[in-house]
Amino acid sequence: MNTTYNDLVFEISKKGRQAFSLPESSIETTDLSDVVPAHLQRETPAELPELSELLVMRHYTALSNKNFGIETGFYPLGSCTMKYNPKINEDIARYSGFANIHPLQPEMTAQGALELMYRLEENLKEVTGMDAISLQPAAGAQGEWSGLLIFKAYHEANGEGDQRRKILVPDSAHGTNPASAVVAGFDVVEIKSNQEGRVSVEALKAAIGPDTAGLMLTNPNTLGLFEVDIVEIAEIVHAAGGLLYYDGANANAILGKSTPGEMGFDVVHLNLHKTFSTPHGGGGPGSGPIGVVDYLTDFMPSPRIEKDGEIFKLTYDHPKSIGRVKGYYGNFGVNVRAYAYIRSMGAAGLQQVSEDAVLHANYLKARLEPYFDTPYKSICKHEFVLSGNSQKKLGVRTADIAKRLLDYGFHSPTVYFPLIVEECLMIEPTETEAKETLDAFADALIEIAKDAEENPDQVTGAPFTKSVRRLDEVKAARKPIVIYQRETDEG
Amino acid sequence: MDKQHRYLPTTKQDREEMLATIGISSVKELFSDIPESTRATKEKTIELEDALSEQALIRHMRTLAEVNITTDTHAYFIGAGTYDHYIPSVVNHVLLRSEFMTAYTPYQPEASQGELQALFEFQTMMCELTGMDVANSSLYDGFTSLGEACNLATSVMKRNEVLYSKALHPQAKEVVHTYAYGMEYDVKEVGLEDTQTDLKALKETISNDTAAVIIQYPNFYGTIEDLQAVKELCETTKTLLIVMANPLALAVLESPGKLGADIVVGDTQPLGLSMSFGGPHCGYFAVKKKYMRKVPSRIVGQTTDQDGKRGFVMTLQTREQHIRREKATSNMSSNQALTALASAVFLSTVGKVGLQEMAQLNINHAHYVKNQLKDKGLEVLSSDAFFNEFVVKCSEPIEDVSKKLLQQSIVSGYDVSHYLGTDNALLLCVTEKRTKQEMDTLIDVLIGEGK
Repeated sequence: MNTTYNDLVFEISKKGRQAFSLPESSIETTDLSDVVPAHLQRETPAELPELSELLVMRHYTALSNKNFGIETGFYPLGSCTMKYNPKINEDIARYSGFANIHPLQPEMTAQGALELMYRLEENLKEVTGMDAISLQPAAGAQGEWSGLLIFKAYHEANGEGDQRRKILVPDSAHGTNPASAVVAGFDVVEIKSNQEGRVSVEALKAAIGPDTAGLMLTNPNTLGLFEVDIVEIAEIVHAAGGLLYYDGANANAILGKSTPGEMGFDVVHLNLHKTFSTPHGGGGPGSGPIGVVDYLTDFMPSPRIEKDGEIFKLTYDHPKSIGRVKGYYGNFGVNVRAYAYIRSMGAAGLQQVSEDAVLHANYLKARLEPYFDTPYKSICKHEFVLSGNSQKKLGVRTADIAKRLLDYGFHSPTVYFPLIVEECLMIEPTETEAKETLDAFADALIEIAKDAEENPDQVTGAPFTKSVRRLDEVKAARKPIVIYQRETDEG
Repeated sequence: MDKQHRYLPTTKQDREEMLATIGISSVKELFSDIPESTRATKEKTIELEDALSEQALIRHMRTLAEVNITTDTHAYFIGAGTYDHYIPSVVNHVLLRSEFMTAYTPYQPEASQGELQALFEFQTMMCELTGMDVANSSLYDGFTSLGEACNLATSVMKRNEVLYSKALHPQAKEVVHTYAYGMEYDVKEVGLEDTQTDLKALKETISNDTAAVIIQYPNFYGTIEDLQAVKELCETTKTLLIVMANPLALAVLESPGKLGADIVVGDTQPLGLSMSFGGPHCGYFAVKKKYMRKVPSRIVGQTTDQDGKRGFVMTLQTREQHIRREKATSNMSSNQALTALASAVFLSTVGKVGLQEMAQLNINHAHYVKNQLKDKGLEVLSSDAFFNEFVVKCSEPIEDVSKKLLQQSIVSGYDVSHYLGTDNALLLCVTEKRTKQEMDTLIDVLIGEGK
């Protein structure tokens, strides 16, 4: 593998090279200067690379060699559900009938696409226990925001829009939760977790009131713990006139075991790029469909999809809708993959997914407990947290442990999150990893823990085997260089 | 499950060994913390159709796919925000490299240099095209990028109103209204003169309360707006100019940055992304330097490692939700990194000269069709200042036109009668992919001489 390659695409460009050919055209040329005023014609061409086709492939292949994906190795990033992304789903998403169709072509010429969306919605209703689904939100955070706008519209429809301005968020929540509440126009009130790492019912009771719009909850939460008081929590929120939001980032733990609907949630989002196996693509695209209970369906994003006899239709007449949250119908290509995944698993398969995911997490936790601080002792769901506090006392920080894992051929877990655990390592193994992999990972972490005592430089100096050593993030933020500097670049 | 599933490696024996290590006797115990009243039971559990083998899955998915009309069999003259352009083969081959496709957000930059560098290059390309100083590494799509731009503008200007031109994409308008509903600012529309923003009306509407004016470039009806004239009006009230631009058109049109735009957004779908029934596409977001620290979502920056070697990291992260929570500039987490990579590969392949040639071919084709239709007696509602889209007034309802064209294996343009308030208005798009024969068939049908 070539990991020493260090050129930017602009640096390998040479004037006169071409990697692209256009067909001959017998159509006469229209001179832009005949149709638009001079000041709207481009004066200086954009400086884009000039390469041959092989140079393009070499460049990106070299870059891919400096990147770590699930097929490279174990990727136990907590709350990210880095499970195997089935190859067949990539083939399917590329079928012409899915990839080469226009979102505004007549509905009668895209019935297969609409049927797929309809079927996926039906499946997601079943998985979540919700009454209606919208596939429009592009990712989890957009699902959160859409769901909170539904909260807003619901309270306004009840004449309580001005009164209910607060969203309650546990201190263990994903950062998107409070951020989404703010862009939906709410104020955020943080709820402290109790000693066991769960929502404190007392703190909730103290914070809730007639100004509460709702509570956002991840269940199991980001510590990997099931909110055992969920029934009481739902009762408290509903009794106060609020609504309950389910952040589905951790839904991989509960498939076929329970549903947000059964737990009393009113609005749910799912991350199809987590629980439903679609690739993360280095950060996206995702898909974050939302589901709602019956009394909130009128507020769902528009358009919605309907089956009328044998015909699938998009419907636009939803006067109470929060409106459109994204172009067209969501990340359709991602939804195709998620649908293919659900059909590949079936209900029994999905239940097995959660059972194995939870078993794997508890097994890893049991293996690592003797070597790391474990702030929460009870059984976990699909992920768990460790604390690097003991290692920190030896001068080895969690960041060092994370970098050292890279040298063992593993990706690191999520680190320094959730914020309520010091020197946190948040580990989610997923169901698609073999026991041998889990054991190798545990062995590596145990060895690193020993090195922290006996040979700390080996850990604090890591990584040693990647294309770069430890990167200076402070420098990057202090003097930001965010585009290629042609003149001043040091190469 | 009785049978071992192809995606699940854990065997019965593995399970027993793991349970023994944990010190419990059954997997069931691991779910005992779920309150009984909410727990699934045999009677109360999720019901889905049975799992499919890979072969059966292919059969089922092909059946769904084959119902749809596609660009394989039909010539598409529909654009309206999503375009049928040629995608070089290399783009897909790079996307299929699993090191890119199956990675998460590059939280450990030392293990993600490839992607970080590719996104840094993407940012540079976007700045080149738009004429701006700083670009992020993608947002969900063009319309949500515009929504984020409105949030940024109202926040930095501390003003509570956004104006958009009536010639903005109707779905972009809807998305802006949703963002405005969230952050609680006002949105107003400025009317048209033919298919172009009415500058007199803009002058009357713009005020010291206006945070930003939104202009699409070329606009929804294909017309190339005079950004410079709009900028001059914006300056009178210190209002920001937000431009939503088709990045392919920017190969030949003067960059919005040079014409005074403060924020430039749009969708890179024309640059190497499948239409995919509307997504995943890729929003881009570029600003002048002074707004760098207000930009939503991820930005990649250059730095060095401890040996002084060049490397890349996500930077300025104190803008972002995972650090700043409720004080973040946006709630965005997942973006569209892989489709941004696709556009970067596309631009690397098509290149500096190729992109201009491709854009020119779009102009040639679209103007040829327009000229022919006009010569043959149809009324063209757009002025001649257009890129690859224009509006023509047909002699019968668009639904009927569309059916006739389908019989000729053509997917017609988009019916904009409702938006323009005039009957039989058809927005046509002619890209470099269309052949002369396809164009001539379209022309024949539209002028009523079709077979």
